[in-house]
Amino acid sequence: MREAFSRLISEIRSGKFVYTGEIAPGKTTRVETLIESAKALGRHVVACNVTDNPRARANMSSLAASIAVQERAGVEAICQMTARDRNRIALTSDLLGASALGVRNVLVMSGDHPSLGDNPSAMPVYDLDSAQMVELVRRMVDDGTDLAGNRIDGKVRIHVGVTGNPNADPLEVEIAKLERKAQLGAEFIQTQAVFDIEVAERFLEAVDGFGIPVLIGILPCRSSRIAEQIAKNVPGIRVPEEYLGMLRGAEDLNDQASVEERVDLMNEEYFSGMVSELRRTARLAGVHIMGVAYGRIVGRIADGVERKMSCRVR
Amino acid sequence: MIITKKKPFETINESIKPFKRVFIVGCGTCSTVCQTGGEAQAKELAERIGGKCAGYAVVESPCDMRVLRRDLAPKRAEVDSADAIVALCCGAGAQSTADFTGKTIIPGLDTLFIGKIERIGSFYERCRACTDCIILETGGICPYSRCAKGLLNGPCGGQVQGKCEVGGYQRDCAWVLAYNALKKQERLDVFKKYRPPADRSRKPQEIVTR
Ligand code: SF4
Ligand code: SF4
Repeated sequence: MREAFSRLISEIRSGKFVYTGEIAPGKTTRVETLIESAKALGRHVVACNVTDNPRARANMSSLAASIAVQERAGVEAICQMTARDRNRIALTSDLLGASALGVRNVLVMSGDHPSLGDNPSAMPVYDLDSAQMVELVRRMVDDGTDLAGNRIDGKVRIHVGVTGNPNADPLEVEIAKLERKAQLGAEFIQTQAVFDIEVAERFLEAVDGFGIPVLIGILPCRSSRIAEQIAKNVPGIRVPEEYLGMLRGAEDLNDQASVEERVDLMNEEYFSGMVSELRRTARLAGVHIMGVAYGRIVGRIADGVERKMSCRVR
Repeated sequence: MIITKKKPFETINESIKPFKRVFIVGCGTCSTVCQTGGEAQAKELAERIGGKCAGYAVVESPCDMRVLRRDLAPKRAEVDSADAIVALCCGAGAQSTADFTGKTIIPGLDTLFIGKIERIGSFYERCRACTDCIILETGGICPYSRCAKGLLNGPCGGQVQGKCEVGGYQRDCAWVLAYNALKKQERLDVFKKYRPPADRSRKPQEIVTR
């Protein structure tokens, strides 16, 4: 077995159920808010994803933000890296920098196309695809070389994860792709947001034989408006009517303070119920909790899951 | 075919302003089929330009220097009298015409892509001239021209029900097409095979056999 360089991988290997969170650097030169969110999340998660310009918006570099989060918030980063903006030279270079400065986890992905973003005329690079990025990391870590075989001075200490989408339709293509990435040496999967336990179960069953730990993604929404926007704008995510209905039900009150509490409680119940059920029925390494300005729910869901699991054990 | 589209007349008209006389070169092959640089389009442009136009010729394939020489020979005097050429052909044809005539070339068309023509008005990009054709491995679907990201190992997370995230889920995802084609051919093992990074250095190419 390969050496564990990060807390994320150590905990997964020790059999501990892990929680990861997510923060998204903005188009800003300030890191304060980022650090604050990371600190708050850090109390509940083992590591925190730092996004790489999602929806192809030119924001602060995920690598710079990952380093800030690790050094100033003391939270381990999972640095997201897309193939969209960098060729293999720049990717190799960033991976060297990441390893040198203590970033131990990267999550590779192709990345939303520039045409969807805020600089829509930018050149789509995609010199490598996400499978080839897995190979790049493996070569750097295992062989101590870049893709062309040039030797690297010093050891590269990085774990590489990949994304998967349980909502994908057709799912079989997605599974075939993940199998190849597992064979190439990807070390963990974090998935796109899942709201439906059957969708998650079907996915976990399909990837079960690949021998790669899976963190199922969830996306608690702090209002039905946000949930509707996600359903509308992110076609790769399926938001079931049932969940929307429960959110609307929780919002159906005049008193604002108790609305917030009811929505939080509803999300806590919905997702901790789903995750603890999955832990019981499938092989699941952890859960990746995303959210749009909804950091406060992360701890509640994590605590809720643990509570439900300990009830079951007793 | 090389698929082209016409630049607006106003753009061409603006471009020819500094010149006293212009000659129009059309293309008898791709641009004729696209109806962008055939006989009808060259004639129409000549009429719209009016007095400044020294004449026009539709060269069978202006990207071929030998054919340029042959087809422009009868128009030698008109070509010589012009100080610029409006090229109603693809970029390769336009540059060959520049090399042949030694005159300023005003591109009259925009070159779009190498593609398939279904009928006039329906053109589909099919090749990016990657220099190493792999469509045997992809069910006959070119990933460079048909996948918006030019990926080599299957679809990205942006495909939804077989449609591509680029352009609002209208176009088919190339990799879902490839998967389905290979499945039908009972060659899914080829889909699952890992394709390592390609040589994408794209150096300018010149082939000279001596
Ligand atoms: S793989 Fe695509 S771009 Fe390359 S030669 Fe074949 S059709 Fe053209
Ligand atoms: S959706 Fe399909 S065609 Fe579009 S970029 Fe992704 S893989 Fe390529």
